[in-house]
Amino acid sequence: MSQPDTLISVQDLAHTYLRGTPFEVPSLRGVSLTVAAGRTVGLVGPTGSGKSTLLQHLNGLLRPQEGTVHVLGDSLTDPSINIRDIRQRVGLVFQNPEDQLFEPYAGDDVAFGPRALGLERDQVRERVRQAMEAVGLSFDLKDRLTSQLSQGERRRLALAGVLALEPQILVLDEPTAGLDPLGRRSLLDFLSSWASDAKRAIVLATHNMEDIALLSDDVYVLVAGKIVLSGPARTVLQNADVLLQSSLSLPVSVELSRQLRRRGLPVSTDSLTMDEATRQIEVLLRGDS
Amino acid sequence: MTTARAPLIRAEGLYYSYVGGTPEPVPALRGIDLRIHPGEYVAVVGANGSGKSTLLRHFNALLQPDAGNVWVHEWNTREAVHLRSIRSSVGMVFQVPDAQIVASTVEEDVAFGPENLGIEPEALQVRVREALDAVGLTGYEERASHALSAGQKQRLAIAAALAMHPRCILFDEATSVLDPQGRLQLLNTMQALCSQGLAVVTVTHDMTEAARAHRVVVLHNGEIAMQGDPRSVFAQENHLLALGLETPAPTHIAHRLAGRLPFSSQIPVTVEELADEVAGQLKLHGQIPQSNPMQPGGAYP
Repeated sequence: MSQPDTLISVQDLAHTYLRGTPFEVPSLRGVSLTVAAGRTVGLVGPTGSGKSTLLQHLNGLLRPQEGTVHVLGDSLTDPSINIRDIRQRVGLVFQNPEDQLFEPYAGDDVAFGPRALGLERDQVRERVRQAMEAVGLSFDLKDRLTSQLSQGERRRLALAGVLALEPQILVLDEPTAGLDPLGRRSLLDFLSSWASDAKRAIVLATHNMEDIALLSDDVYVLVAGKIVLSGPARTVLQNADVLLQSSLSLPVSVELSRQLRRRGLPVSTDSLTMDEATRQIEVLLRGDS
Repeated sequence: MTTARAPLIRAEGLYYSYVGGTPEPVPALRGIDLRIHPGEYVAVVGANGSGKSTLLRHFNALLQPDAGNVWVHEWNTREAVHLRSIRSSVGMVFQVPDAQIVASTVEEDVAFGPENLGIEPEALQVRVREALDAVGLTGYEERASHALSAGQKQRLAIAAALAMHPRCILFDEATSVLDPQGRLQLLNTMQALCSQGLAVVTVTHDMTEAARAHRVVVLHNGEIAMQGDPRSVFAQENHLLALGLETPAPTHIAHRLAGRLPFSSQIPVTVEELADEVAGQLKLHGQIPQSNPMQPGGAYP
């Protein structure tokens, strides 16, 4: 059914909330999506488009009503699969995950998953240390009350709790929403370095087009439960017509390229990041385009 | 501000610490002096924990200072007798829209506040109609408030505040959960409110949003580290970076091009301004024709 390097394959997935009642709300209406190893997949769409519902299918929080979801070779329609194993290998980071920290001490919150796996004390400690350091939190913070950490630190702590399970796939819902600029930058840097391991993959849902432009290899645009556009990030993020019709916006750098062209400047391609936009203007100013 | 107009909100020597949950009180505001005038659009920015939301909560007496004073008009926020007047005068819209919806239909939700003020039914109807009109929710009167989109809920919350006939509305990261379209609509609503003479104070992490304000106030560790019109604040990129902040993307690109792009007047803060600057520079050096026929918008491959 899938290429050897396909980690997630979603086919014709449909989901209706309160199905079979007078209050039913269709959320997904036939969604197909592929996540290959080594890729970061961006999922964009306006509020209510079904992004979060789709994400919850990727680690089996929701099971397919119609269509199929294959994760790491297992079909989530098969009732006999080991769902705990799937949840360990697919780490799902909800929106505002810092609201879900529940242990008084930071280290205990990160240790919760590894302890539940039945790991030895030393192994748990090592997992906690690695996970905290991976997200840029000093291991010393383990003895702090979670309530004393800043919002950005608490978000990274929640992420560390997921990383401590050593997942192969990270699924994140609006990971940078509400973070200050520094917190956002350090989280984006972490995600991009985590994804550089070719065995891993990230699925990222957001309406922040800058985050998508920085991180994604492939982008899917979800509107009212349907994929209206998908492909390599550069192709999708330059499709102004679809993005604007979908209540989304263009990344600033794409918008800048378009504005330059509108002023008669020889700008053939849209730049996707601020680095590219800067270079593009430098070339224009040198006059050797 | 050089006007002699009386400020709407005045904070003087404002100190506030959070007590409880930690061994020592945590200082959040350390000597804030700030005035907000009618019709002014002020963006408060700062890293997490810099005191932004704490400051905002002093402006409608949700918090009272440990030291110093806050006045709304001539009402001191410490005096309980003024609380009703202050809360009607200064409305607040929070980050999560669901947390502030109190009634099951749009119309009832907007009517709730003024009804409690004892406004007569006829006047009440007028207030509700005007408030919904101001935020573009006319025709939604009978809709179930919980079934609105996030952006519509934020606009409903603004309408509920407007029905109190306030002089100022405070926005606490109100755009952060909205999608780009909902966000733009909300920002346009803020601007419209200002042009009608209301003061708008918005707390945000988004510098592009802050660039739309008349004045940017930068908080750092509970103190005002910088303030001024967006251009003058964003011109000091290194200072902002040191405070854990950033400039809007077009301004950042302009800073990186500094030296190669001698900004004719002032540093650009929007995409349009940066594009104008680049195009102007190239025309000056004859690299593109002076009068390039503008292509109509959207006509690109």
